[in-house]
Amino acid sequence: MTSLVIAEHDNHSIKPATLNTVTAALACGAEVHVLVAGKDATAAAQAAAQIAGVAKVLHADADGFAHGLAEQVAAQVLALSSSYSHILFAATASGKNIAPRVAAKLDVAQVSDITKVDSPDTFERPIYAGNAIATVQATDAIKVITVRTTGFDAAGMGGSAAVEIVSAANAGSQSQFMGSEIAKNDRPELTAAKVIVSGGRALGSAEKFNEVITPLADKLGAAMGASRAAVDAGYAPNDWQVGQTGKIVAPQLYVACGISGAIQHLAGMKDSKVIVAINKDPEAPIFSVADYGLEADLFVAVPELVAAL
Amino acid sequence: MKALVAVKRVVDYNVKVRVKSDQTGVDIANVKMSMNPFDEIAVEEAVRLKEKGVLSEVIVVSCGVTQCQETLRTAMAIGADRGILVETSEELQPLAVAKLLKALADKEQPGLVILGKQAIDDDCNQTGQMLAALADWPQATFASKVEMADGHALITREVDGGLETLKLSLPAVVTTDLRLNEPRYVTLPNIMKAKKKQLDIFKPEDLGVDVKPRIKTLKVSEPPKRSAGIRVADVAALVDKLKNEAKVL
Repeated sequence: MTSLVIAEHDNHSIKPATLNTVTAALACGAEVHVLVAGKDATAAAQAAAQIAGVAKVLHADADGFAHGLAEQVAAQVLALSSSYSHILFAATASGKNIAPRVAAKLDVAQVSDITKVDSPDTFERPIYAGNAIATVQATDAIKVITVRTTGFDAAGMGGSAAVEIVSAANAGSQSQFMGSEIAKNDRPELTAAKVIVSGGRALGSAEKFNEVITPLADKLGAAMGASRAAVDAGYAPNDWQVGQTGKIVAPQLYVACGISGAIQHLAGMKDSKVIVAINKDPEAPIFSVADYGLEADLFVAVPELVAAL
Repeated sequence: MKALVAVKRVVDYNVKVRVKSDQTGVDIANVKMSMNPFDEIAVEEAVRLKEKGVLSEVIVVSCGVTQCQETLRTAMAIGADRGILVETSEELQPLAVAKLLKALADKEQPGLVILGKQAIDDDCNQTGQMLAALADWPQATFASKVEMADGHALITREVDGGLETLKLSLPAVVTTDLRLNEPRYVTLPNIMKAKKKQLDIFKPEDLGVDVKPRIKTLKVSEPPKRSAGIRVADVAALVDKLKNEAKVL
Protein backbone atom coordinates (compact mmCIF):
# COMPACT_ATOMS: atom_id res chain seq x y z
CA MET A 1 0.00 0.00 0.00
CA THR A 2 1.58 3.22 -1.17
CA SER A 3 -0.04 6.62 -1.51
CA LEU A 4 0.63 9.18 -4.21
CA VAL A 5 0.11 12.86 -3.44
CA ILE A 6 -0.17 15.18 -6.41
CA ALA A 7 1.78 18.30 -5.47
CA GLU A 8 0.39 21.73 -6.13
CA HIS A 9 3.19 24.06 -7.10
CA ASP A 10 4.26 27.01 -9.24
CA ASN A 11 7.30 25.16 -10.65
CA HIS A 12 9.50 26.86 -8.06
CA SER A 13 7.90 26.12 -4.73
CA ILE A 14 5.27 23.84 -3.25
CA LYS A 15 1.91 25.37 -2.29
CA PRO A 16 0.99 24.97 1.39
CA ALA A 17 -2.10 22.85 0.60
CA THR A 18 0.24 20.04 -0.46
CA LEU A 19 1.58 19.80 3.10
CA ASN A 20 -1.86 19.13 4.55
CA THR A 21 -2.48 16.57 1.82
CA VAL A 22 0.71 14.73 2.75
CA THR A 23 -0.52 14.51 6.36
CA ALA A 24 -3.79 12.97 5.14
CA ALA A 25 -1.81 10.52 2.99
CA LEU A 26 0.31 9.49 5.98
CA ALA A 27 -2.89 8.87 7.92
CA CYS A 28 -3.89 6.34 5.26
CA GLY A 29 -1.11 4.29 6.78
CA ALA A 30 1.07 3.76 3.77
CA GLU A 31 4.34 4.96 2.29
CA VAL A 32 3.88 8.37 0.68
CA HIS A 33 5.22 9.46 -2.71
CA VAL A 34 4.74 12.92 -4.17
CA LEU A 35 4.30 13.68 -7.87
CA VAL A 36 5.57 17.01 -9.17
CA ALA A 37 4.39 17.42 -12.77
CA GLY A 38 5.65 20.74 -14.05
CA LYS A 39 7.79 22.62 -16.51
CA ASP A 40 11.33 23.39 -15.37
CA ALA A 41 10.12 22.36 -11.95
CA THR A 42 13.34 21.03 -10.45
CA ALA A 43 13.16 23.55 -7.62
CA ALA A 44 9.60 22.46 -6.79
CA ALA A 45 10.62 18.79 -6.84
CA GLN A 46 13.50 19.51 -4.49
CA ALA A 47 11.17 21.42 -2.17
CA ALA A 48 8.80 18.43 -2.17
CA ALA A 49 11.69 16.14 -1.20
CA GLN A 50 12.08 18.13 2.01
CA ILE A 51 8.54 17.48 3.25
CA ALA A 52 8.74 15.30 6.36
CA GLY A 53 7.36 11.79 5.86
CA VAL A 54 7.70 11.70 2.08
CA ALA A 55 9.57 8.59 0.90
CA LYS A 56 10.03 9.50 -2.75
CA VAL A 57 9.38 12.36 -5.15
CA LEU A 58 8.48 11.62 -8.76
CA HIS A 59 9.32 14.49 -11.07
CA ALA A 60 7.80 14.66 -14.56
CA ASP A 61 8.87 17.64 -16.63
CA ALA A 62 7.28 18.76 -19.90
CA ASP A 63 5.93 21.90 -21.62
CA GLY A 64 2.43 20.47 -21.30
CA PHE A 65 2.56 20.74 -17.50
CA ALA A 66 3.39 24.46 -17.48
CA HIS A 67 -0.15 25.49 -16.56
CA GLY A 68 -1.38 22.42 -14.73
CA LEU A 69 -4.07 21.56 -17.30
CA ALA A 70 -6.36 18.79 -16.06
CA GLU A 71 -6.02 16.70 -19.21
CA GLN A 72 -2.22 16.69 -19.00
CA VAL A 73 -1.76 16.16 -15.29
CA ALA A 74 -4.45 13.45 -15.21
CA ALA A 75 -2.63 11.59 -18.00
CA GLN A 76 0.57 11.70 -15.96
CA VAL A 77 -1.12 10.42 -12.81
CA LEU A 78 -2.78 7.61 -14.79
CA ALA A 79 0.58 6.56 -16.21
CA LEU A 80 1.81 6.04 -12.64
CA SER A 81 -1.41 4.89 -10.96
CA SER A 82 -0.90 1.12 -11.05
CA SER A 83 1.65 1.27 -8.21
CA TYR A 84 -0.67 3.04 -5.77
CA SER A 85 -3.51 2.22 -3.42
CA HIS A 86 -4.37 5.86 -2.67
CA ILE A 87 -4.12 8.91 -4.94
CA LEU A 88 -4.62 12.19 -3.09
CA PHE A 89 -5.11 15.77 -4.24
CA ALA A 90 -5.69 18.92 -2.20
CA ALA A 91 -9.32 20.05 -2.52
CA THR A 92 -8.26 23.29 -4.22
CA ALA A 93 -9.37 24.66 -7.60
CA SER A 94 -6.56 22.63 -9.16
CA GLY A 95 -7.10 19.36 -7.28
CA LYS A 96 -10.86 19.44 -7.77
CA ASN A 97 -10.30 19.97 -11.47
CA ILE A 98 -7.99 17.00 -11.99
CA ALA A 99 -8.93 14.29 -9.47
CA PRO A 100 -12.31 13.24 -10.94
CA ARG A 101 -10.67 12.81 -14.35
CA VAL A 102 -8.25 10.34 -12.83
CA ALA A 103 -10.98 8.51 -10.91
CA ALA A 104 -13.27 8.13 -13.93
CA LYS A 105 -10.45 6.78 -16.10
CA LEU A 106 -9.65 4.23 -13.40
CA ASP A 107 -13.38 3.42 -13.09
CA VAL A 108 -13.29 4.13 -9.37
CA ALA A 109 -15.34 6.46 -7.20
CA GLN A 110 -13.77 9.60 -5.80
CA VAL A 111 -14.09 10.63 -2.17
CA SER A 112 -14.23 14.44 -2.15
CA ASP A 113 -13.15 16.85 0.54
CA ILE A 114 -12.21 14.43 3.31
CA THR A 115 -11.66 15.94 6.75
CA LYS A 116 -10.59 12.77 8.56
CA VAL A 117 -9.10 9.36 7.80
CA ASP A 118 -10.76 6.70 9.99
CA SER A 119 -9.02 3.78 8.29
CA PRO A 120 -7.37 3.23 4.90
CA ASP A 121 -10.78 2.86 3.26
CA THR A 122 -13.03 4.88 5.56
CA PHE A 123 -13.17 8.65 5.60
CA GLU A 124 -15.22 11.50 7.01
CA ARG A 125 -16.47 14.28 4.79
CA PRO A 126 -18.88 17.16 5.27
CA ILE A 127 -22.06 17.22 3.18
CA TYR A 128 -24.90 19.75 2.90
CA ALA A 129 -22.62 22.74 3.46
CA GLY A 130 -21.13 21.10 6.52
CA ASN A 131 -24.49 20.63 8.23
CA ALA A 132 -23.82 16.89 8.33
CA ILE A 133 -20.71 14.76 8.42
CA ALA A 134 -20.79 11.54 6.42
CA THR A 135 -18.57 8.59 7.29
CA VAL A 136 -18.02 6.76 4.02
CA GLN A 137 -16.27 3.60 2.95
CA ALA A 138 -14.71 3.45 -0.51
CA THR A 139 -15.08 -0.06 -1.95
CA ASP A 140 -12.87 0.34 -5.04
CA ALA A 141 -9.31 -0.98 -5.10
CA ILE A 142 -7.77 2.44 -5.70
CA LYS A 143 -8.93 5.32 -3.55
CA VAL A 144 -8.95 8.69 -5.33
CA ILE A 145 -9.34 11.40 -2.73
CA THR A 146 -9.42 15.16 -2.41
CA VAL A 147 -8.37 16.53 0.96
CA ARG A 148 -9.94 19.48 2.72
CA THR A 149 -6.80 21.20 3.94
CA THR A 150 -8.43 22.62 7.07
CA GLY A 151 -9.00 19.07 8.32
CA PHE A 152 -5.31 18.17 8.52
CA ASP A 153 -2.22 19.83 9.96
CA ALA A 154 0.54 20.80 7.57
CA ALA A 155 3.36 18.28 7.33
CA GLY A 156 6.68 19.60 8.58
CA MET A 157 9.88 20.07 6.63
CA GLY A 158 13.22 18.40 7.21
CA GLY A 159 12.75 15.31 5.04
CA SER A 160 15.23 14.20 2.44
CA ALA A 161 13.43 12.01 -0.06
CA ALA A 162 15.03 10.85 -3.28
CA VAL A 163 13.85 12.58 -6.44
CA GLU A 164 13.21 10.24 -9.33
CA ILE A 165 12.70 11.54 -12.87
CA VAL A 166 9.77 9.84 -14.58
CA SER A 167 8.92 10.04 -18.27
CA ALA A 168 6.29 12.63 -19.05
CA ALA A 169 2.89 11.66 -20.41
CA ASN A 170 1.26 13.73 -23.12
CA ALA A 171 -2.48 14.13 -23.51
CA GLY A 172 -2.52 16.03 -26.80
CA SER A 173 -3.84 19.52 -27.36
CA GLN A 174 -7.62 19.42 -26.96
CA SER A 175 -7.23 22.12 -24.33
CA GLN A 176 -4.88 25.06 -24.69
CA PHE A 177 -3.91 27.61 -22.09
CA MET A 178 -4.51 31.12 -23.45
CA GLY A 179 -3.64 33.32 -20.49
CA SER A 180 -4.42 34.20 -16.92
CA GLU A 181 -5.08 37.18 -14.71
CA ILE A 182 -3.65 36.35 -11.33
CA ALA A 183 -3.82 39.17 -8.80
CA LYS A 184 -0.42 39.83 -7.28
CA ASN A 185 -0.35 40.82 -3.66
CA ASP A 186 1.90 40.38 -0.67
CA ARG A 187 -0.82 39.05 1.57
CA PRO A 188 -0.84 35.47 2.78
CA GLU A 189 -2.86 33.02 0.71
CA LEU A 190 -6.46 32.93 1.91
CA THR A 191 -6.56 29.20 2.64
CA ALA A 192 -3.22 29.23 4.47
CA ALA A 193 -3.58 32.53 6.38
CA LYS A 194 -3.43 32.65 10.18
CA VAL A 195 -5.69 35.69 10.24
CA ILE A 196 -8.49 36.58 7.81
CA VAL A 197 -10.49 39.77 7.66
CA SER A 198 -13.68 39.31 5.65
CA GLY A 199 -16.21 41.83 4.41
CA GLY A 200 -19.86 41.53 3.48
CA ARG A 201 -22.55 43.35 1.60
CA ALA A 202 -22.82 45.97 4.34
CA LEU A 203 -19.65 47.57 2.98
CA GLY A 204 -21.79 48.98 0.17
CA SER A 205 -19.17 49.48 -2.56
CA ALA A 206 -15.78 48.28 -3.79
CA GLU A 207 -14.27 51.60 -2.66
CA LYS A 208 -15.64 51.29 0.86
CA PHE A 209 -14.60 47.65 1.01
CA ASN A 210 -11.03 48.62 0.23
CA GLU A 211 -11.10 51.73 2.44
CA VAL A 212 -12.44 49.93 5.53
CA ILE A 213 -11.19 46.32 5.29
CA THR A 214 -7.68 46.86 3.90
CA PRO A 215 -6.25 48.87 6.84
CA LEU A 216 -7.45 46.23 9.31
CA ALA A 217 -5.99 43.43 7.19
CA ASP A 218 -2.72 45.36 6.93
CA LYS A 219 -2.58 45.87 10.66
CA LEU A 220 -3.21 42.17 11.38
CA GLY A 221 -1.05 40.85 8.54
CA ALA A 222 -4.22 39.14 7.37
CA ALA A 223 -5.57 37.72 4.15
CA MET A 224 -8.80 39.30 2.90
CA GLY A 225 -11.98 37.38 2.29
CA ALA A 226 -15.56 38.21 1.38
CA SER A 227 -19.07 36.85 1.52
CA ARG A 228 -20.81 35.75 -1.65
CA ALA A 229 -23.05 38.81 -1.51
CA ALA A 230 -20.01 41.12 -1.51
CA VAL A 231 -18.42 39.24 -4.42
CA ASP A 232 -21.64 39.14 -6.44
CA ALA A 233 -22.00 42.88 -5.92
CA GLY A 234 -18.50 43.38 -7.27
CA TYR A 235 -16.98 44.69 -4.03
CA ALA A 236 -14.30 41.98 -3.95
CA PRO A 237 -12.72 39.57 -6.45
CA ASN A 238 -14.23 36.12 -7.09
CA ASP A 239 -11.45 34.16 -5.49
CA TRP A 240 -11.93 35.92 -2.15
CA GLN A 241 -15.26 34.21 -1.62
CA VAL A 242 -15.35 32.21 1.59
CA GLY A 243 -18.08 29.59 1.79
CA GLN A 244 -19.51 26.22 0.80
CA THR A 245 -18.61 26.57 -2.86
CA GLY A 246 -15.78 29.07 -2.45
CA LYS A 247 -12.76 28.83 -0.19
CA ILE A 248 -12.91 26.76 3.00
CA VAL A 249 -10.78 28.43 5.67
CA ALA A 250 -9.85 27.77 9.28
CA PRO A 251 -7.50 30.51 10.48
CA GLN A 252 -6.54 31.27 14.07
CA LEU A 253 -8.62 34.44 13.85
CA TYR A 254 -11.49 35.24 11.48
CA VAL A 255 -12.92 38.75 11.61
CA ALA A 256 -16.29 39.03 9.84
CA CYS A 257 -17.26 42.63 9.11
CA GLY A 258 -20.79 43.31 7.94
CA ILE A 259 -21.43 39.67 7.10
CA SER A 260 -24.87 38.39 8.11
CA GLY A 261 -23.81 34.73 8.12
CA ALA A 262 -25.81 32.69 5.62
CA ILE A 263 -25.35 28.93 6.14
CA GLN A 264 -23.30 28.80 2.93
CA HIS A 265 -20.85 31.33 4.37
CA LEU A 266 -20.68 29.67 7.78
CA ALA A 267 -19.83 26.40 5.98
CA GLY A 268 -16.62 28.01 4.81
CA MET A 269 -15.34 29.47 8.07
CA LYS A 270 -16.95 27.89 11.11
CA ASP A 271 -13.86 25.80 11.87
CA SER A 272 -11.82 28.94 12.51
CA LYS A 273 -10.28 28.96 15.98
CA VAL A 274 -11.54 32.38 17.06
CA ILE A 275 -14.35 34.17 15.24
CA VAL A 276 -15.09 37.86 15.68
CA ALA A 277 -18.26 39.32 14.20
CA ILE A 278 -18.89 43.01 13.76
CA ASN A 279 -22.43 43.68 12.62
CA LYS A 280 -25.08 46.23 13.46
CA ASP A 281 -27.95 43.75 13.18
CA PRO A 282 -28.25 42.06 16.60
CA GLU A 283 -30.18 39.17 14.99
CA ALA A 284 -27.49 38.38 12.38
CA PRO A 285 -26.84 34.60 12.32
CA ILE A 286 -23.09 35.23 12.29
CA PHE A 287 -23.35 35.99 16.03
CA SER A 288 -24.42 32.37 16.62
CA VAL A 289 -20.93 31.13 15.72
CA ALA A 290 -18.88 34.13 16.88
CA ASP A 291 -16.70 33.90 19.98
CA TYR A 292 -16.80 37.67 20.26
CA GLY A 293 -19.68 39.62 18.81
CA LEU A 294 -19.62 43.38 18.54
CA GLU A 295 -22.97 44.91 17.71
CA ALA A 296 -21.86 48.11 16.02
CA ASP A 297 -21.72 50.06 12.78
CA LEU A 298 -18.67 48.66 11.04
CA PHE A 299 -17.81 52.02 9.48
CA VAL A 300 -17.18 53.30 13.00
CA ALA A 301 -15.98 50.15 14.74
CA VAL A 302 -13.46 48.90 12.19
CA PRO A 303 -11.41 52.15 12.01
CA GLU A 304 -11.58 52.27 15.81
CA LEU A 305 -10.24 48.73 15.95
CA VAL A 306 -7.42 49.63 13.56
CA ALA A 307 -6.49 52.54 15.81
CA ALA A 308 -6.61 50.37 18.94
CA LEU A 309 -4.31 47.65 17.63
CA MET B 1 -24.84 22.32 -32.61
CA LYS B 2 -26.69 20.74 -29.70
CA ALA B 3 -25.94 21.21 -26.05
CA LEU B 4 -26.67 18.78 -23.27
CA VAL B 5 -27.25 20.30 -19.84
CA ALA B 6 -27.39 18.18 -16.70
CA VAL B 7 -29.62 19.26 -13.82
CA LYS B 8 -29.96 17.79 -10.34
CA ARG B 9 -32.89 17.97 -7.96
CA VAL B 10 -31.56 18.89 -4.53
CA VAL B 11 -32.75 20.20 -1.19
CA ASP B 12 -33.39 23.93 -1.64
CA TYR B 13 -30.41 26.07 -0.67
CA ASN B 14 -32.44 27.90 1.98
CA VAL B 15 -33.21 24.73 3.90
CA LYS B 16 -31.05 23.79 6.84
CA VAL B 17 -31.13 20.01 6.82
CA ARG B 18 -31.36 17.86 9.94
CA VAL B 19 -29.47 14.68 10.53
CA LYS B 20 -31.79 11.72 11.20
CA SER B 21 -31.59 10.41 14.75
CA ASP B 22 -30.62 6.91 13.57
CA GLN B 23 -27.66 8.47 11.70
CA THR B 24 -28.59 6.91 8.36
CA GLY B 25 -28.75 10.20 6.51
CA VAL B 26 -30.39 13.60 6.53
CA ASP B 27 -34.12 14.04 6.79
CA ILE B 28 -35.44 15.22 3.43
CA ALA B 29 -39.08 14.22 3.89
CA ASN B 30 -41.37 17.23 3.37
CA VAL B 31 -38.42 19.47 2.61
CA LYS B 32 -38.52 21.94 -0.27
CA MET B 33 -36.62 20.64 -3.31
CA SER B 34 -35.23 22.79 -6.13
CA MET B 35 -32.87 22.71 -9.04
CA ASN B 36 -29.23 22.80 -7.93
CA PRO B 37 -28.30 26.52 -8.25
CA PHE B 38 -25.19 25.86 -10.34
CA ASP B 39 -27.27 23.78 -12.75
CA GLU B 40 -29.73 26.64 -13.13
CA ILE B 41 -26.77 28.77 -14.23
CA ALA B 42 -25.82 25.99 -16.69
CA VAL B 43 -29.31 25.97 -18.20
CA GLU B 44 -29.34 29.77 -18.44
CA GLU B 45 -25.97 29.80 -20.21
CA ALA B 46 -27.07 27.20 -22.76
CA VAL B 47 -30.31 29.08 -23.44
CA ARG B 48 -28.37 32.32 -23.92
CA LEU B 49 -26.03 30.59 -26.38
CA LYS B 50 -29.08 29.35 -28.26
CA GLU B 51 -30.56 32.85 -28.29
CA LYS B 52 -27.27 34.10 -29.79
CA GLY B 53 -27.61 31.52 -32.54
CA VAL B 54 -24.59 29.49 -31.43
CA LEU B 55 -26.63 26.45 -30.41
CA SER B 56 -29.48 24.85 -32.29
CA GLU B 57 -31.00 22.82 -29.46
CA VAL B 58 -30.72 22.64 -25.68
CA ILE B 59 -31.47 19.25 -24.14
CA VAL B 60 -31.73 18.97 -20.35
CA VAL B 61 -31.07 15.72 -18.55
CA SER B 62 -31.78 14.74 -14.99
CA CYS B 63 -31.00 11.43 -13.33
CA GLY B 64 -32.98 10.25 -10.33
CA VAL B 65 -36.50 9.82 -9.00
CA THR B 66 -39.77 10.51 -10.84
CA GLN B 67 -40.04 13.97 -9.28
CA CYS B 68 -36.98 15.09 -11.23
CA GLN B 69 -39.51 15.72 -13.99
CA GLU B 70 -40.40 18.92 -12.11
CA THR B 71 -36.76 20.00 -12.26
CA LEU B 72 -36.70 19.28 -16.00
CA ARG B 73 -39.90 21.30 -16.49
CA THR B 74 -38.29 24.23 -14.70
CA ALA B 75 -35.29 23.97 -17.02
CA MET B 76 -37.60 23.88 -20.02
CA ALA B 77 -39.40 26.95 -18.65
CA ILE B 78 -36.06 28.77 -18.66
CA GLY B 79 -35.83 27.84 -22.32
CA ALA B 80 -34.43 24.34 -22.83
CA ASP B 81 -36.06 22.61 -25.80
CA ARG B 82 -36.63 19.14 -24.47
CA GLY B 83 -35.86 16.94 -21.50
CA ILE B 84 -34.60 13.47 -20.70
CA LEU B 85 -35.11 11.76 -17.37
CA VAL B 86 -33.02 8.75 -16.47
CA GLU B 87 -35.35 7.37 -13.86
CA THR B 88 -34.21 5.30 -10.93
CA SER B 89 -34.82 5.21 -7.22
CA GLU B 90 -31.28 3.90 -6.58
CA GLU B 91 -28.77 6.21 -4.94
CA LEU B 92 -26.77 7.76 -7.76
CA GLN B 93 -23.14 8.68 -7.21
CA PRO B 94 -21.15 11.00 -9.52
CA LEU B 95 -19.40 8.21 -11.44
CA ALA B 96 -22.74 6.58 -12.24
CA VAL B 97 -24.24 9.90 -13.36
CA ALA B 98 -21.19 10.60 -15.54
CA LYS B 99 -21.65 7.19 -17.20
CA LEU B 100 -25.36 7.87 -17.81
CA LEU B 101 -24.51 11.26 -19.33
CA LYS B 102 -21.81 9.66 -21.48
CA ALA B 103 -24.36 7.17 -22.83
CA LEU B 104 -26.75 10.02 -23.63
CA ALA B 105 -23.96 12.05 -25.21
CA ASP B 106 -23.21 9.09 -27.48
CA LYS B 107 -26.87 9.11 -28.53
CA GLU B 108 -27.36 12.84 -28.91
CA GLN B 109 -23.89 13.89 -30.13
CA PRO B 110 -23.83 17.35 -28.49
CA GLY B 111 -21.01 19.82 -29.21
CA LEU B 112 -21.11 21.08 -25.67
CA VAL B 113 -22.15 19.64 -22.31
CA ILE B 114 -22.74 22.16 -19.53
CA LEU B 115 -23.12 21.18 -15.87
CA GLY B 116 -23.04 22.91 -12.51
CA LYS B 117 -19.64 22.67 -10.88
CA GLN B 118 -21.02 21.11 -7.72
CA ALA B 119 -24.29 19.93 -6.26
CA ILE B 120 -25.12 21.61 -2.98
CA ASP B 121 -26.27 18.37 -1.33
CA ASP B 122 -23.32 15.97 -1.59
CA ASP B 123 -20.83 18.77 -2.41
CA CYS B 124 -18.85 16.35 -4.62
CA ASN B 125 -17.70 18.52 -7.55
CA GLN B 126 -16.94 15.52 -9.78
CA THR B 127 -19.53 14.74 -12.44
CA GLY B 128 -18.43 17.14 -15.21
CA GLN B 129 -14.79 16.19 -14.97
CA MET B 130 -15.71 12.48 -14.91
CA LEU B 131 -17.87 12.83 -18.00
CA ALA B 132 -15.03 14.64 -19.81
CA ALA B 133 -12.64 11.82 -18.91
CA LEU B 134 -15.03 9.06 -19.97
CA ALA B 135 -15.68 10.78 -23.31
CA ASP B 136 -12.02 11.80 -23.77
CA TRP B 137 -13.11 15.39 -24.18
CA PRO B 138 -11.42 18.54 -22.90
CA GLN B 139 -12.93 20.26 -19.87
CA ALA B 140 -13.20 23.75 -18.43
CA THR B 141 -14.45 23.73 -14.86
CA PHE B 142 -15.60 26.72 -12.73
CA ALA B 143 -16.43 28.84 -15.80
CA SER B 144 -17.16 32.53 -15.40
CA LYS B 145 -17.33 33.30 -19.15
CA VAL B 146 -18.17 31.16 -22.18
CA GLU B 147 -17.51 32.26 -25.75
CA MET B 148 -17.90 30.12 -28.84
CA ALA B 149 -15.85 30.91 -31.96
CA ASP B 150 -14.39 29.06 -34.98
CA GLY B 151 -15.37 25.65 -33.75
CA HIS B 152 -13.76 26.22 -30.36
CA ALA B 153 -14.91 27.22 -26.92
CA LEU B 154 -13.02 30.01 -25.17
CA ILE B 155 -13.66 29.65 -21.45
CA THR B 156 -12.61 31.91 -18.62
CA ARG B 157 -12.27 29.92 -15.39
CA GLU B 158 -12.13 30.91 -11.73
CA VAL B 159 -8.91 29.54 -10.25
CA ASP B 160 -7.08 30.16 -6.98
CA GLY B 161 -5.70 33.69 -7.19
CA GLY B 162 -7.70 34.91 -10.17
CA LEU B 163 -8.85 33.83 -13.62
CA GLU B 164 -7.47 31.82 -16.52
CA THR B 165 -8.62 31.34 -20.09
CA LEU B 166 -8.62 28.03 -21.96
CA LYS B 167 -9.34 27.28 -25.61
CA LEU B 168 -11.07 23.93 -25.99
CA SER B 169 -11.71 21.88 -29.09
CA LEU B 170 -15.30 20.62 -29.39
CA PRO B 171 -17.06 18.65 -28.11
CA ALA B 172 -16.16 19.83 -24.64
CA VAL B 173 -17.46 19.83 -21.07
CA VAL B 174 -17.99 23.08 -19.17
CA THR B 175 -18.93 23.39 -15.49
CA THR B 176 -20.37 26.64 -14.19
CA ASP B 177 -19.34 28.90 -11.35
CA LEU B 178 -21.56 31.47 -9.67
CA ARG B 179 -20.53 34.51 -11.68
CA LEU B 180 -21.21 33.04 -15.14
CA ASN B 181 -24.67 34.59 -15.34
CA GLU B 182 -27.77 35.43 -13.38
CA PRO B 183 -30.57 33.03 -14.30
CA ARG B 184 -33.77 34.66 -15.49
CA TYR B 185 -37.06 34.40 -13.62
CA VAL B 186 -39.37 31.96 -15.28
CA THR B 187 -42.63 33.47 -16.42
CA LEU B 188 -46.04 31.85 -16.21
CA PRO B 189 -46.48 31.62 -20.02
CA ASN B 190 -43.11 29.86 -20.24
CA ILE B 191 -44.07 27.47 -17.46
CA MET B 192 -47.21 26.63 -19.43
CA LYS B 193 -45.21 26.19 -22.63
CA ALA B 194 -42.70 23.95 -20.84
CA LYS B 195 -45.47 21.52 -19.93
CA LYS B 196 -45.96 20.74 -23.62
CA LYS B 197 -42.30 20.14 -24.40
CA GLN B 198 -41.00 16.65 -25.11
CA LEU B 199 -39.77 14.66 -22.11
CA ASP B 200 -38.34 11.19 -22.68
CA ILE B 201 -37.78 8.70 -19.89
CA PHE B 202 -35.13 5.99 -19.80
CA LYS B 203 -33.97 3.53 -17.19
CA PRO B 204 -30.25 3.10 -16.49
CA GLU B 205 -30.56 -0.44 -17.96
CA ASP B 206 -31.83 1.04 -21.24
CA LEU B 207 -28.52 2.88 -21.48
CA GLY B 208 -26.48 -0.14 -20.43
CA VAL B 209 -25.10 1.54 -17.33
CA ASP B 210 -24.47 -0.15 -13.99
CA VAL B 211 -25.25 2.51 -11.38
CA LYS B 212 -24.42 0.48 -8.28
CA PRO B 213 -22.90 2.80 -5.62
CA ARG B 214 -19.16 2.37 -5.07
CA ILE B 215 -19.08 4.33 -1.84
CA LYS B 216 -20.96 3.09 1.21
CA THR B 217 -22.28 5.62 3.67
CA LEU B 218 -21.66 4.08 7.09
CA LYS B 219 -23.23 6.89 9.05
CA VAL B 220 -24.20 10.53 8.93
CA SER B 221 -23.74 12.56 12.06
CA GLU B 222 -24.19 16.08 13.34
CA PRO B 223 -21.11 18.29 13.01
CA PRO B 224 -19.57 19.42 16.28
CA LYS B 225 -21.65 22.34 17.50
CA ARG B 226 -19.98 25.68 17.81
CA SER B 227 -21.55 27.49 20.68
CA ALA B 228 -22.14 31.20 20.49
CA GLY B 229 -19.64 33.21 22.48
CA ILE B 230 -20.20 36.53 24.14
CA ARG B 231 -21.14 40.02 23.03
CA VAL B 232 -18.61 42.69 23.78
CA ALA B 233 -19.66 46.24 24.56
CA ASP B 234 -17.15 48.14 22.50
CA VAL B 235 -13.91 48.01 20.53
CA ALA B 236 -11.76 48.36 23.64
CA ALA B 237 -13.42 45.32 25.23
CA LEU B 238 -12.95 43.37 22.00
CA VAL B 239 -9.23 44.15 21.82
CA ASP B 240 -8.86 43.21 25.48
CA LYS B 241 -10.56 39.83 24.95
CA LEU B 242 -8.52 39.06 21.84
CA LYS B 243 -5.29 39.90 23.61
CA ASN B 244 -5.85 38.46 27.06
CA GLU B 245 -8.49 35.75 26.72
CA ALA B 246 -8.18 34.35 23.19
CA LYS B 247 -4.51 35.35 22.96
CA VAL B 248 -4.65 35.69 19.19
CA LEU B 249 -3.14 39.17 18.97
